[in-house]
Amino acid sequence: MEFGLAALASQLVVGLSRAMILFIVCAGLSFVLGVLRVPNVAHGSLYMIGAFSAYGIAMRLFGGSSAGFWLALILAPFVVALVSLIAERALFCHLYEREHLMLLLFTFALMLIFGDLVKIIWGAEYRSVSPPALLRGSVSMFGASIPRYNLFLLIIGPLVAIGLWLFTNKTKIGKISRAAAVDREMVSVIGINVSWVFAAAFVIGCYLAGLGGALVAPTVSVTLGMDHTIIIEAFLIVTIGGLGNMWGALVGSLIFGVTHSFGVLLWPQFAIVFPYAAVVIVLFLRPRGLLKSVW
Amino acid sequence: MMLEVEEIHTFYGLSHILFGVSLKVEQGEVVCLLGRNGAGKTTTMKSIMGLTPPRRGNIRFRNEEITGRQPYLLARKGISYVPDDRRIFADLTVGENLEIAARKTRGTEEWDMERIYELFPALKDIESRKGGCLSGGEQKMLAIARALMGNPELLLLDEPTEGLAPVLVHALEEQISKLKNAGLTVLLAEQNVRSALRSSDRGYIIDNGQIRYHGSVGELRENDEVRKKYLLV
Ligand SMILES: Nc1ncnc2c1ncn2[C@@H]1O[C@H](COP(=O)(O)OP(=O)(O)OP(=O)(O)O)[C@@H](O)[C@H]1O
Ligand SMILES: [Mg+2]
Repeated sequence: MEFGLAALASQLVVGLSRAMILFIVCAGLSFVLGVLRVPNVAHGSLYMIGAFSAYGIAMRLFGGSSAGFWLALILAPFVVALVSLIAERALFCHLYEREHLMLLLFTFALMLIFGDLVKIIWGAEYRSVSPPALLRGSVSMFGASIPRYNLFLLIIGPLVAIGLWLFTNKTKIGKISRAAAVDREMVSVIGINVSWVFAAAFVIGCYLAGLGGALVAPTVSVTLGMDHTIIIEAFLIVTIGGLGNMWGALVGSLIFGVTHSFGVLLWPQFAIVFPYAAVVIVLFLRPRGLLKSVW
Repeated sequence: MMLEVEEIHTFYGLSHILFGVSLKVEQGEVVCLLGRNGAGKTTTMKSIMGLTPPRRGNIRFRNEEITGRQPYLLARKGISYVPDDRRIFADLTVGENLEIAARKTRGTEEWDMERIYELFPALKDIESRKGGCLSGGEQKMLAIARALMGNPELLLLDEPTEGLAPVLVHALEEQISKLKNAGLTVLLAEQNVRSALRSSDRGYIIDNGQIRYHGSVGELRENDEVRKKYLLV
Protein backbone atom coordinates (compact mmCIF):
# COMPACT_ATOMS: atom_id res chain seq x y z
CA MET A 1 0.00 0.00 0.00
CA GLU A 2 1.24 3.46 -0.95
CA PHE A 3 1.27 6.07 1.79
CA GLY A 4 2.67 8.89 -0.29
CA LEU A 5 1.72 12.51 0.07
CA ALA A 6 -0.40 12.23 -3.04
CA ALA A 7 -2.57 9.47 -1.64
CA LEU A 8 -2.91 11.29 1.66
CA ALA A 9 -3.84 14.55 -0.01
CA SER A 10 -6.42 12.99 -2.25
CA GLN A 11 -7.99 11.02 0.59
CA LEU A 12 -8.02 14.12 2.73
CA VAL A 13 -9.92 16.00 0.06
CA VAL A 14 -12.35 13.11 -0.35
CA GLY A 15 -12.91 13.00 3.40
CA LEU A 16 -13.32 16.73 3.74
CA SER A 17 -15.75 16.99 0.86
CA ARG A 18 -17.80 14.16 2.30
CA ALA A 19 -17.67 16.01 5.61
CA MET A 20 -19.10 19.10 3.94
CA ILE A 21 -22.16 17.16 2.74
CA LEU A 22 -22.55 15.60 6.17
CA PHE A 23 -22.21 19.00 7.78
CA ILE A 24 -24.93 20.56 5.65
CA VAL A 25 -27.33 17.71 6.41
CA CYS A 26 -26.40 17.55 10.11
CA ALA A 27 -26.60 21.29 10.62
CA GLY A 28 -30.21 21.03 9.49
CA LEU A 29 -30.95 18.06 11.72
CA SER A 30 -29.26 19.73 14.66
CA PHE A 31 -31.13 22.99 14.12
CA VAL A 32 -34.47 21.17 14.21
CA LEU A 33 -33.37 19.22 17.27
CA GLY A 34 -32.28 22.39 19.01
CA VAL A 35 -35.23 24.64 18.30
CA LEU A 36 -38.14 22.21 18.04
CA ARG A 37 -36.74 19.43 20.21
CA VAL A 38 -37.87 17.00 17.54
CA PRO A 39 -35.54 14.11 16.65
CA ASN A 40 -36.57 14.09 13.01
CA VAL A 41 -35.89 10.59 11.67
CA ALA A 42 -37.42 11.67 8.35
CA HIS A 43 -34.53 14.11 7.87
CA GLY A 44 -32.68 11.48 5.85
CA SER A 45 -35.72 11.02 3.65
CA LEU A 46 -35.75 14.72 2.87
CA TYR A 47 -32.10 14.42 1.90
CA MET A 48 -33.08 11.57 -0.43
CA ILE A 49 -35.95 13.61 -1.87
CA GLY A 50 -33.44 16.41 -2.44
CA ALA A 51 -31.19 14.04 -4.40
CA PHE A 52 -34.07 12.62 -6.45
CA SER A 53 -35.47 16.07 -7.12
CA ALA A 54 -32.06 17.16 -8.33
CA TYR A 55 -32.03 14.11 -10.61
CA GLY A 56 -35.54 14.91 -11.86
CA ILE A 57 -34.71 18.54 -12.60
CA ALA A 58 -31.19 18.13 -13.96
CA MET A 59 -31.56 14.88 -15.93
CA ARG A 60 -35.24 14.56 -16.80
CA LEU A 61 -36.21 18.17 -17.36
CA PHE A 62 -32.90 19.45 -18.66
CA GLY A 63 -31.33 16.33 -20.13
CA GLY A 64 -28.15 16.56 -18.07
CA SER A 65 -27.09 19.99 -19.28
CA SER A 66 -24.92 22.21 -17.10
CA ALA A 67 -27.70 24.75 -16.72
CA GLY A 68 -29.92 21.92 -15.56
CA PHE A 69 -27.52 21.07 -12.77
CA TRP A 70 -27.29 24.60 -11.46
CA LEU A 71 -31.02 24.98 -11.62
CA ALA A 72 -31.46 21.68 -9.80
CA LEU A 73 -29.05 22.83 -7.13
CA ILE A 74 -31.19 25.88 -6.52
CA LEU A 75 -34.64 24.35 -6.93
CA ALA A 76 -34.33 20.87 -5.38
CA PRO A 77 -33.80 22.21 -1.84
CA PHE A 78 -36.88 24.38 -2.31
CA VAL A 79 -38.90 21.34 -3.35
CA VAL A 80 -37.80 19.73 -0.08
CA ALA A 81 -38.58 22.90 1.85
CA LEU A 82 -42.08 22.90 0.40
CA VAL A 83 -42.64 19.23 1.27
CA SER A 84 -41.47 19.93 4.82
CA LEU A 85 -43.66 23.00 5.14
CA ILE A 86 -46.69 20.91 4.19
CA ALA A 87 -45.70 18.16 6.62
CA GLU A 88 -45.17 20.70 9.40
CA ARG A 89 -48.38 22.67 8.96
CA ALA A 90 -50.55 19.63 8.31
CA LEU A 91 -49.13 17.21 10.88
CA PHE A 92 -46.15 18.19 13.00
CA CYS A 93 -47.51 21.43 14.39
CA HIS A 94 -50.22 19.57 16.27
CA LEU A 95 -47.75 17.30 18.00
CA TYR A 96 -45.12 19.53 19.61
CA GLU A 97 -46.55 19.10 23.07
CA ARG A 98 -46.29 15.33 22.89
CA GLU A 99 -43.43 13.43 24.43
CA HIS A 100 -40.25 12.69 22.53
CA LEU A 101 -41.06 9.05 21.96
CA MET A 102 -44.28 9.97 20.18
CA LEU A 103 -42.47 12.45 17.98
CA LEU A 104 -39.81 9.92 17.24
CA LEU A 105 -42.39 7.36 16.17
CA PHE A 106 -44.22 9.94 14.15
CA THR A 107 -41.15 11.00 12.21
CA PHE A 108 -40.31 7.33 11.73
CA ALA A 109 -43.71 6.88 10.10
CA LEU A 110 -43.01 9.89 7.92
CA MET A 111 -39.75 8.33 6.86
CA LEU A 112 -41.58 5.20 5.65
CA ILE A 113 -44.16 7.30 3.82
CA PHE A 114 -41.52 9.46 2.12
CA GLY A 115 -39.60 6.32 1.14
CA ASP A 116 -42.69 4.91 -0.57
CA LEU A 117 -43.47 8.20 -2.25
CA VAL A 118 -39.97 8.32 -3.72
CA LYS A 119 -40.39 4.77 -4.96
CA ILE A 120 -43.72 5.61 -6.59
CA ILE A 121 -42.44 8.77 -8.24
CA TRP A 122 -38.92 7.81 -9.27
CA GLY A 123 -38.87 4.02 -9.08
CA ALA A 124 -36.31 1.77 -7.49
CA GLU A 125 -33.54 2.00 -10.10
CA TYR A 126 -30.16 3.58 -9.55
CA ARG A 127 -30.01 7.11 -10.90
CA SER A 128 -27.09 9.33 -11.58
CA VAL A 129 -26.67 13.02 -12.03
CA SER A 130 -23.88 14.44 -14.12
CA PRO A 131 -21.98 17.43 -12.80
CA PRO A 132 -21.87 20.59 -14.91
CA ALA A 133 -19.05 21.10 -17.39
CA LEU A 134 -17.29 23.52 -15.07
CA LEU A 135 -16.98 20.90 -12.36
CA ARG A 136 -16.11 17.85 -14.42
CA GLY A 137 -12.66 16.27 -14.40
CA SER A 138 -9.87 16.85 -11.95
CA VAL A 139 -7.05 19.18 -11.18
CA SER A 140 -3.70 18.03 -9.96
CA MET A 141 -2.50 19.15 -6.60
CA PHE A 142 0.34 17.75 -4.45
CA GLY A 143 0.87 15.19 -7.19
CA ALA A 144 -2.64 13.82 -6.80
CA SER A 145 -5.54 14.34 -9.09
CA ILE A 146 -8.42 15.87 -7.25
CA PRO A 147 -11.93 15.96 -8.69
CA ARG A 148 -13.11 19.50 -9.28
CA TYR A 149 -16.49 18.64 -7.85
CA ASN A 150 -14.88 17.84 -4.50
CA LEU A 151 -13.15 21.19 -4.48
CA PHE A 152 -16.51 22.78 -5.20
CA LEU A 153 -17.93 21.05 -2.13
CA LEU A 154 -15.04 22.38 -0.06
CA ILE A 155 -16.10 25.88 -1.04
CA ILE A 156 -19.83 25.36 -0.51
CA GLY A 157 -19.49 23.86 2.99
CA PRO A 158 -17.86 26.91 4.60
CA LEU A 159 -20.27 29.20 2.73
CA VAL A 160 -23.19 27.34 4.25
CA ALA A 161 -21.57 27.55 7.68
CA ILE A 162 -21.11 31.31 7.33
CA GLY A 163 -24.65 31.70 6.06
CA LEU A 164 -26.04 29.76 8.98
CA TRP A 165 -23.96 31.71 11.46
CA LEU A 166 -25.22 34.98 10.00
CA PHE A 167 -28.76 33.67 10.09
CA THR A 168 -28.71 32.58 13.72
CA ASN A 169 -26.76 35.57 15.03
CA LYS A 170 -27.70 38.50 12.87
CA THR A 171 -31.33 38.03 11.88
CA LYS A 172 -34.26 38.56 14.18
CA ILE A 173 -35.82 35.21 13.35
CA GLY A 174 -32.46 33.56 14.03
CA LYS A 175 -32.25 35.20 17.45
CA ILE A 176 -35.83 34.23 18.18
CA SER A 177 -35.01 30.63 17.23
CA ARG A 178 -32.14 30.62 19.70
CA ALA A 179 -34.45 31.93 22.39
CA ALA A 180 -37.16 29.41 21.53
CA ALA A 181 -34.63 26.59 21.72
CA VAL A 182 -34.26 27.29 25.42
CA ASP A 183 -37.61 28.69 26.57
CA ARG A 184 -40.45 28.54 24.07
CA GLU A 185 -43.07 29.61 26.60
CA MET A 186 -41.25 32.82 27.38
CA VAL A 187 -40.91 33.54 23.67
CA SER A 188 -44.68 33.38 23.49
CA VAL A 189 -44.96 35.67 26.51
CA ILE A 190 -43.06 38.42 24.68
CA GLY A 191 -45.60 38.32 21.89
CA ILE A 192 -44.12 35.94 19.36
CA ASN A 193 -46.20 33.20 17.78
CA VAL A 194 -43.97 30.24 18.51
CA SER A 195 -45.85 28.04 16.11
CA TRP A 196 -44.56 30.05 13.15
CA VAL A 197 -41.06 30.17 14.58
CA PHE A 198 -41.14 26.39 14.67
CA ALA A 199 -42.46 26.17 11.14
CA ALA A 200 -39.68 28.44 9.91
CA ALA A 201 -37.00 26.54 11.82
CA PHE A 202 -38.28 23.20 10.57
CA VAL A 203 -38.37 24.34 6.97
CA ILE A 204 -34.86 25.79 7.20
CA GLY A 205 -33.53 22.58 8.71
CA CYS A 206 -35.19 20.51 6.00
CA TYR A 207 -33.99 22.88 3.30
CA LEU A 208 -30.47 21.99 4.41
CA ALA A 209 -31.28 18.28 4.09
CA GLY A 210 -32.48 18.97 0.55
CA LEU A 211 -29.39 21.01 -0.25
CA GLY A 212 -27.19 18.18 1.00
CA GLY A 213 -29.12 15.74 -1.18
CA ALA A 214 -28.81 17.92 -4.26
CA LEU A 215 -25.09 18.43 -3.66
CA VAL A 216 -24.37 14.76 -3.11
CA ALA A 217 -26.28 13.62 -6.20
CA PRO A 218 -23.41 13.87 -8.72
CA THR A 219 -21.04 11.98 -6.42
CA VAL A 220 -23.12 8.90 -5.65
CA SER A 221 -25.75 6.77 -7.27
CA VAL A 222 -29.07 8.19 -6.26
CA THR A 223 -31.15 5.36 -4.93
CA LEU A 224 -33.66 4.21 -2.35
CA GLY A 225 -31.94 3.48 0.93
CA MET A 226 -29.69 6.50 0.90
CA ASP A 227 -32.05 7.94 3.53
CA HIS A 228 -31.23 5.19 6.01
CA THR A 229 -27.47 5.45 5.67
CA ILE A 230 -27.38 9.18 6.13
CA ILE A 231 -29.80 9.38 9.02
CA ILE A 232 -27.77 7.00 11.15
CA GLU A 233 -24.59 8.90 10.43
CA ALA A 234 -26.32 12.21 10.97
CA PHE A 235 -27.67 11.27 14.40
CA LEU A 236 -24.25 10.03 15.46
CA ILE A 237 -22.63 13.22 14.26
CA VAL A 238 -25.03 15.59 16.02
CA THR A 239 -24.66 13.49 19.16
CA ILE A 240 -20.88 13.67 19.22
CA GLY A 241 -20.97 17.34 18.23
CA GLY A 242 -23.50 18.38 20.90
CA LEU A 243 -27.22 18.39 20.17
CA GLY A 244 -28.46 21.59 18.64
CA ASN A 245 -24.99 23.06 18.23
CA MET A 246 -24.15 24.05 14.68
CA TRP A 247 -20.39 24.11 15.22
CA GLY A 248 -20.75 20.72 16.87
CA ALA A 249 -22.33 19.45 13.65
CA LEU A 250 -19.32 20.80 11.78
CA VAL A 251 -16.77 19.23 14.11
CA GLY A 252 -18.65 15.92 14.15
CA SER A 253 -18.89 15.85 10.36
CA LEU A 254 -15.18 16.55 9.99
CA ILE A 255 -14.33 13.75 12.39
CA PHE A 256 -16.68 11.37 10.63
CA GLY A 257 -15.65 12.25 7.09
CA VAL A 258 -11.92 12.37 7.66
CA THR A 259 -11.66 9.20 9.77
CA HIS A 260 -13.62 7.37 7.11
CA SER A 261 -11.37 8.47 4.28
CA PHE A 262 -8.22 7.63 6.22
CA GLY A 263 -9.81 4.32 7.06
CA VAL A 264 -10.01 3.68 3.34
CA LEU A 265 -6.29 4.30 3.15
CA LEU A 266 -5.39 2.12 6.13
CA TRP A 267 -7.73 -0.79 5.86
CA PRO A 268 -10.00 -0.49 2.84
CA GLN A 269 -12.28 -3.46 3.56
CA PHE A 270 -13.14 -2.15 7.01
CA ALA A 271 -12.95 1.58 6.39
CA ILE A 272 -16.45 2.13 7.75
CA VAL A 273 -15.32 0.90 11.17
CA PHE A 274 -13.08 3.93 11.65
CA PRO A 275 -15.68 6.68 11.92
CA TYR A 276 -17.81 4.53 14.22
CA ALA A 277 -14.80 3.86 16.40
CA ALA A 278 -14.18 7.60 16.51
CA VAL A 279 -17.79 8.12 17.63
CA VAL A 280 -17.38 5.57 20.41
CA ILE A 281 -14.17 7.20 21.61
CA VAL A 282 -15.71 10.67 21.61
CA LEU A 283 -18.80 9.52 23.47
CA PHE A 284 -16.66 7.65 25.95
CA LEU A 285 -14.65 10.78 26.70
CA ARG A 286 -17.49 13.28 26.42
CA PRO A 287 -20.89 11.62 26.70
CA ARG A 288 -22.75 14.88 26.11
CA GLY A 289 -20.86 15.70 22.95
CA LEU A 290 -17.82 17.79 22.16
CA LEU A 291 -19.49 21.18 22.20
CA LYS A 292 -22.27 22.59 24.34
CA SER A 293 -25.58 20.88 23.77
CA VAL A 294 -28.79 22.86 24.09
CA TRP A 295 -30.67 19.87 25.47
CA MET B 1 -61.57 48.84 33.46
CA MET B 2 -58.07 47.69 32.52
CA LEU B 3 -58.25 44.21 34.01
CA GLU B 4 -61.04 42.21 35.58
CA VAL B 5 -60.45 38.75 36.97
CA GLU B 6 -63.70 37.06 37.92
CA GLU B 7 -63.99 33.92 40.02
CA ILE B 8 -61.14 32.00 38.37
CA HIS B 9 -60.30 28.44 39.27
CA THR B 10 -56.88 27.25 38.17
CA PHE B 11 -55.44 23.77 38.39
CA TYR B 12 -52.03 22.19 37.95
CA GLY B 13 -53.04 18.80 36.65
CA LEU B 14 -55.32 17.51 39.37
CA SER B 15 -54.38 19.94 42.10
CA HIS B 16 -56.79 22.77 42.50
CA ILE B 17 -54.78 25.92 43.25
CA LEU B 18 -56.96 28.99 42.79
CA PHE B 19 -60.45 28.93 44.27
CA GLY B 20 -62.48 31.68 42.70
CA VAL B 21 -59.96 34.51 42.67
CA SER B 22 -61.40 37.87 41.65
CA LEU B 23 -59.64 41.19 41.33
CA LYS B 24 -59.82 44.41 39.38
CA VAL B 25 -57.26 46.89 38.19
CA GLU B 26 -58.23 50.30 36.89
CA GLN B 27 -56.33 52.14 34.22
CA GLY B 28 -53.28 53.90 35.67
CA GLU B 29 -53.38 52.10 39.01
CA VAL B 30 -50.65 50.15 40.73
CA VAL B 31 -52.30 47.25 42.52
CA CYS B 32 -50.45 44.73 44.64
CA LEU B 33 -51.25 41.12 45.32
CA LEU B 34 -49.82 40.09 48.67
CA GLY B 35 -49.50 36.66 50.15
CA ARG B 36 -47.02 34.27 51.68
CA ASN B 37 -45.14 31.50 49.93
CA GLY B 38 -47.41 29.22 48.00
CA ALA B 39 -50.44 31.45 48.42
CA GLY B 40 -51.14 31.53 44.69
CA LYS B 41 -49.71 34.87 43.55
CA THR B 42 -47.66 33.47 40.69
CA THR B 43 -50.50 31.19 39.65
CA THR B 44 -52.81 34.19 39.44
CA MET B 45 -50.30 36.03 37.27
CA LYS B 46 -49.82 33.01 35.03
CA SER B 47 -53.56 32.56 34.72
CA ILE B 48 -53.93 36.13 33.52
CA MET B 49 -51.06 35.73 31.04
CA GLY B 50 -52.56 32.55 29.60
CA LEU B 51 -49.75 30.30 30.82
CA THR B 52 -52.02 28.29 33.13
CA PRO B 53 -55.47 29.02 31.72
CA PRO B 54 -58.16 28.81 34.40
CA ARG B 55 -60.70 26.02 34.06
CA ARG B 56 -63.51 28.22 35.27
CA GLY B 57 -64.06 31.93 35.55
CA ASN B 58 -63.42 34.87 33.30
CA ILE B 59 -60.65 37.33 32.65
CA ARG B 60 -61.31 40.56 30.80
CA PHE B 61 -58.75 43.02 29.51
CA ARG B 62 -60.12 46.42 28.50
CA ASN B 63 -63.58 44.85 28.65
CA GLU B 64 -62.63 42.13 26.19
CA GLU B 65 -62.85 38.49 27.17
CA ILE B 66 -59.34 37.02 27.10
CA THR B 67 -59.74 33.82 29.12
CA GLY B 68 -57.78 30.96 27.58
CA ARG B 69 -56.12 33.06 24.88
CA GLN B 70 -52.55 32.20 23.98
CA PRO B 71 -49.84 34.27 25.70
CA TYR B 72 -48.52 35.77 22.47
CA LEU B 73 -51.96 37.16 21.63
CA LEU B 74 -52.23 38.71 25.08
CA ALA B 75 -48.77 40.25 24.69
CA ARG B 76 -49.90 41.76 21.40
CA LYS B 77 -52.97 43.19 23.09
CA GLY B 78 -50.76 45.00 25.58
CA ILE B 79 -50.04 42.77 28.56
CA SER B 80 -46.44 42.12 29.59
CA TYR B 81 -45.36 39.67 32.22
CA VAL B 82 -42.21 39.65 34.32
CA PRO B 83 -41.94 36.16 35.83
CA ASP B 84 -40.63 35.74 39.35
CA ASP B 85 -37.83 33.52 38.05
CA ARG B 86 -36.95 36.13 35.38
CA ARG B 87 -36.50 33.66 32.53
CA ILE B 88 -33.94 35.66 30.64
CA PHE B 89 -32.90 34.09 27.34
CA ALA B 90 -29.52 32.90 28.56
CA ASP B 91 -27.98 32.35 25.11
CA LEU B 92 -28.85 35.83 23.93
CA THR B 93 -27.04 39.02 24.84
CA VAL B 94 -28.74 41.72 26.88
CA GLY B 95 -29.28 43.73 23.69
CA GLU B 96 -30.71 40.73 21.85
CA ASN B 97 -33.04 39.94 24.73
CA LEU B 98 -34.46 43.44 24.37
CA GLU B 99 -34.43 43.41 20.59
CA ILE B 100 -36.56 40.33 20.11
CA ALA B 101 -39.10 41.60 22.63
CA ALA B 102 -39.56 44.93 20.83
CA ARG B 103 -43.12 45.48 19.75
CA LYS B 104 -44.33 48.61 18.07
CA THR B 105 -47.64 50.15 19.00
CA ARG B 106 -49.37 53.22 17.73
CA GLY B 107 -48.91 54.68 21.18
CA THR B 108 -47.67 58.08 22.20
CA GLU B 109 -44.40 57.55 24.00
CA GLU B 110 -42.90 54.30 22.89
CA TRP B 111 -40.32 52.30 24.73
CA ASP B 112 -37.16 51.70 22.74
CA MET B 113 -33.60 50.75 23.62
CA GLU B 114 -32.68 54.36 24.28
CA ARG B 115 -35.47 54.96 26.77
CA ILE B 116 -34.84 51.60 28.40
CA TYR B 117 -31.20 52.44 28.95
CA GLU B 118 -32.24 55.76 30.44
CA LEU B 119 -34.40 53.89 32.94
CA PHE B 120 -31.79 51.21 33.62
CA PRO B 121 -28.38 52.76 32.90
CA ALA B 122 -26.70 49.66 34.34
CA LEU B 123 -27.98 47.59 31.44
CA LYS B 124 -26.27 49.73 28.84
CA ASP B 125 -22.83 48.85 30.15
CA ILE B 126 -23.51 45.14 29.81
CA GLU B 127 -25.40 45.32 26.53
CA SER B 128 -23.28 42.70 24.80
CA ARG B 129 -23.04 40.29 27.70
CA LYS B 130 -24.94 37.00 27.52
CA GLY B 131 -28.12 36.89 29.58
CA GLY B 132 -26.85 33.78 31.34
CA CYS B 133 -23.84 35.65 32.69
CA LEU B 134 -25.76 38.34 34.57
CA SER B 135 -26.22 38.64 38.32
CA GLY B 136 -29.66 38.04 39.78
CA GLY B 137 -30.32 41.77 40.14
CA GLU B 138 -29.19 42.49 36.60
CA GLN B 139 -31.43 39.73 35.31
CA LYS B 140 -34.33 41.21 37.22
CA MET B 141 -33.75 44.58 35.61
CA LEU B 142 -33.43 42.96 32.22
CA ALA B 143 -36.66 41.03 32.72
CA ILE B 144 -38.50 44.26 33.50
CA ALA B 145 -36.81 46.05 30.61
CA ARG B 146 -37.71 43.23 28.26
CA ALA B 147 -41.34 43.41 29.32
CA LEU B 148 -41.37 47.17 28.70
CA MET B 149 -39.99 46.70 25.19
CA GLY B 150 -43.37 45.19 24.34
CA ASN B 151 -44.92 48.60 25.04
CA PRO B 152 -47.55 47.20 27.40
CA GLU B 153 -50.54 48.94 28.87
CA LEU B 154 -50.65 46.47 31.72
CA LEU B 155 -47.53 45.17 33.38
CA LEU B 156 -47.68 42.01 35.49
CA LEU B 157 -44.72 42.15 37.87
CA ASP B 158 -44.09 38.99 39.87
CA GLU B 159 -41.89 39.64 42.91
CA PRO B 160 -39.67 42.28 41.37
CA THR B 161 -37.84 42.92 44.65
CA GLU B 162 -37.03 39.30 45.43
CA GLY B 163 -33.32 38.86 45.91
CA LEU B 164 -32.51 42.52 45.41
CA ALA B 165 -30.34 44.53 47.78
CA PRO B 166 -32.23 47.21 49.77
CA VAL B 167 -30.65 49.94 47.67
CA LEU B 168 -31.91 48.30 44.52
CA VAL B 169 -35.34 47.80 46.05
CA HIS B 170 -35.56 51.54 46.53
CA ALA B 171 -34.34 52.19 43.01
CA LEU B 172 -36.95 49.79 41.73
CA GLU B 173 -39.72 51.48 43.69
CA GLU B 174 -38.70 54.75 42.10
CA GLN B 175 -38.83 53.16 38.71
CA ILE B 176 -42.25 51.71 39.33
CA SER B 177 -43.50 55.14 40.27
CA LYS B 178 -41.91 56.54 37.12
CA LEU B 179 -43.70 53.89 35.10
CA LYS B 180 -46.94 54.78 36.79
CA ASN B 181 -46.39 58.41 35.92
CA ALA B 182 -45.75 57.36 32.36
CA GLY B 183 -49.29 55.97 32.32
CA LEU B 184 -48.60 52.29 32.87
CA THR B 185 -50.98 50.10 34.84
CA VAL B 186 -49.24 47.60 37.11
CA LEU B 187 -50.29 44.47 38.94
CA LEU B 188 -47.58 43.62 41.42
CA ALA B 189 -47.22 40.32 43.26
CA GLU B 190 -45.08 40.67 46.35
CA GLN B 191 -44.03 39.14 49.61
CA ASN B 192 -42.16 42.27 50.52
CA VAL B 193 -45.20 44.00 51.99
CA ARG B 194 -43.52 47.25 52.91
CA SER B 195 -42.07 47.81 49.51
CA ALA B 196 -45.29 46.80 47.77
CA LEU B 197 -47.36 49.17 49.89
CA ARG B 198 -45.01 52.03 49.11
CA SER B 199 -45.56 51.56 45.37
CA SER B 200 -49.25 50.68 45.28
CA ASP B 201 -52.61 52.37 45.33
CA ARG B 202 -54.59 49.34 46.40
CA GLY B 203 -53.87 45.81 47.51
CA TYR B 204 -55.35 42.34 47.60
CA ILE B 205 -54.35 39.65 50.04
CA ILE B 206 -54.38 36.11 48.78
CA ASP B 207 -54.05 32.98 50.89
CA ASN B 208 -54.52 29.35 49.95
CA GLY B 209 -55.75 30.33 46.53
CA GLN B 210 -58.46 32.69 47.77
CA ILE B 211 -58.62 36.45 48.05
CA ARG B 212 -59.01 37.16 51.79
CA TYR B 213 -59.01 40.89 51.88
CA HIS B 214 -58.78 43.91 49.72
CA GLY B 215 -58.55 47.58 50.31
CA SER B 216 -56.60 50.77 49.82
CA VAL B 217 -52.99 50.98 50.92
CA GLY B 218 -54.05 53.02 53.92
CA GLU B 219 -56.53 50.36 55.01
CA LEU B 220 -53.96 47.62 54.58
CA ARG B 221 -51.43 49.54 56.63
CA GLU B 222 -53.87 50.01 59.47
CA ASN B 223 -55.34 46.54 59.53
CA ASP B 224 -52.83 44.73 61.73
CA GLU B 225 -55.10 41.76 62.24
CA VAL B 226 -55.33 40.87 58.57
CA ARG B 227 -51.61 41.41 58.07
CA LYS B 228 -50.75 39.17 61.02
CA LYS B 229 -53.15 36.48 59.93
CA TYR B 230 -52.21 36.24 56.25
CA LEU B 231 -48.80 37.79 55.86
CA LEU B 232 -46.89 37.05 59.08
CA VAL B 233 -45.53 40.53 59.48
N1 LIG C 1 -46.13 23.51 38.41
C1 LIG C 1 -46.83 23.22 39.53
N2 LIG C 1 -47.39 22.01 39.68
C2 LIG C 1 -48.11 21.72 40.81
N3 LIG C 1 -48.30 22.59 41.80
C3 LIG C 1 -47.76 23.81 41.70
C4 LIG C 1 -47.01 24.20 40.56
N4 LIG C 1 -46.60 25.47 40.71
C5 LIG C 1 -47.08 25.87 41.91
N5 LIG C 1 -47.79 24.88 42.49
C6 LIG C 1 -48.47 24.96 43.78
O1 LIG C 1 -49.44 25.99 43.68
C7 LIG C 1 -49.53 26.73 44.88
C8 LIG C 1 -49.42 28.20 44.61
O2 LIG C 1 -48.13 28.45 44.08
P1 LIG C 1 -47.68 29.87 43.55
O3 LIG C 1 -46.41 29.70 42.82
O4 LIG C 1 -48.81 30.50 42.84
O5 LIG C 1 -47.44 30.65 44.92
P2 LIG C 1 -46.82 32.07 45.17
O6 LIG C 1 -47.85 32.81 45.94
O7 LIG C 1 -46.34 32.67 43.94
O8 LIG C 1 -45.64 31.73 46.15
P3 LIG C 1 -44.16 32.35 46.24
O9 LIG C 1 -44.29 33.57 47.08
O10 LIG C 1 -43.38 31.31 46.94
O11 LIG C 1 -43.69 32.63 44.87
C9 LIG C 1 -48.42 26.16 45.80
O12 LIG C 1 -49.04 25.33 46.74
C10 LIG C 1 -47.54 25.37 44.89
O13 LIG C 1 -47.04 24.25 45.56
MG1 LIG D 1 -44.45 33.22 43.15
